[in-house]
Amino acid sequence: MADVNRGNRPLSPFVLGKDYRFQLNSVTSILTRITGNALVVEAFLIAWWLMAAATGPEYFATADFVITSWIGDIILLFSTLGLWYHALAGVRHLLWDNGYCLDMETSDKLGWGMLIGSVILTIITIIFV
Amino acid sequence: MVQLTLPKNSRMKTGKTWPKPEGATNVRKFQIYRWSPDDDENPTIDTYFLDMDKCGPMVLDALIKIKNEIDPTLTFRRSCREGICGSCAMNIDGGNTLACIFGLDEVKSKVVKIYPLPHMPVVRDLIPDLTHFYAQHASIMPWLETKTNRPANEWRQSIEDRKKLDGLYECVMCASCSTSCPSYWWNGDRYLGPAALLHAYRWIIDSRDEATPERLDQLEDPFKLYRCHTIMNCAKTCPKGLNPAKAISSIKQMMVERTV
Repeated sequence: MADVNRGNRPLSPFVLGKDYRFQLNSVTSILTRITGNALVVEAFLIAWWLMAAATGPEYFATADFVITSWIGDIILLFSTLGLWYHALAGVRHLLWDNGYCLDMETSDKLGWGMLIGSVILTIITIIFV
Repeated sequence: MVQLTLPKNSRMKTGKTWPKPEGATNVRKFQIYRWSPDDDENPTIDTYFLDMDKCGPMVLDALIKIKNEIDPTLTFRRSCREGICGSCAMNIDGGNTLACIFGLDEVKSKVVKIYPLPHMPVVRDLIPDLTHFYAQHASIMPWLETKTNRPANEWRQSIEDRKKLDGLYECVMCASCSTSCPSYWWNGDRYLGPAALLHAYRWIIDSRDEATPERLDQLEDPFKLYRCHTIMNCAKTCPKGLNPAKAISSIKQMMVERTV
């Protein structure tokens, strides 16, 4: 709100984590943003893989080598975690937007559910895929 | 715009450390934000020590003790000392609350850190400039709007309709919620923030008010209402235990209902 800062008034400290305590509700909210943006990048990666397959066997071999390398495995593992987390966060937003679970206690419980649930669902995904 | 660091003129420096009280055994350290408009210096964090055996139980008691006994230049707003005027809202131990109803025993950290409400222009020390915040409150028309003729006596309201105002009318406009909201920090020039929106809903849901469509029209805006992303910092921090996030969600639902 620098535009209402008449004169040379300083802006009061606000940095999350440093000046304003991190809380479960703000951390889960930021993670939803971060995973959402990361999944866009991941979608491009998967699209590149599929397009490589359509282009030809030689190009696919290169793309497949990158994606199935240990670095690719780690990226896809975290993408899976992010996907599950983002999906669960979406469910919480659906509940909220219909007026449910908006009290602090329940939304914090759902927050823990998203964090723990996404890890469990990722493990299940690793086992079955 | 998302802003992650303080502007150059707002970065805090280490300030004065005041002497410890003599002969005290139960001493607590206080770190308090200081800024004076009288010189061109950056804000500082001053350190004070208080004998907790001779201090009242609330954070405001400690501030008044510092002002009375150590440093009379320390500046802060306070009035009712019982959580009804909303004057002494500040950032205590990394969260916004009223200094008068927040106990020193509730401060989780060993050192008591006291800053002004976050992301606001500072007038002096712990006093933020609330001009814009009040203007936003005024913009939602915080009064009863009617079209029908004034009744002979009072505007009547059923017990059930009156109950809809519970959890809304108790707001004391301390600005703790709005200044805890990252959306308000970054878009506060156009986003109304949790306090003003809670008040908007308080009048929308009032059975006696006859301007609901106009009130909703006014809020139908990508910034005024829809910068709320349900981060819930507002509900977490409200010293009166209210839930602005829920009120905002109710407005959003009414927006959907009237278009469907």
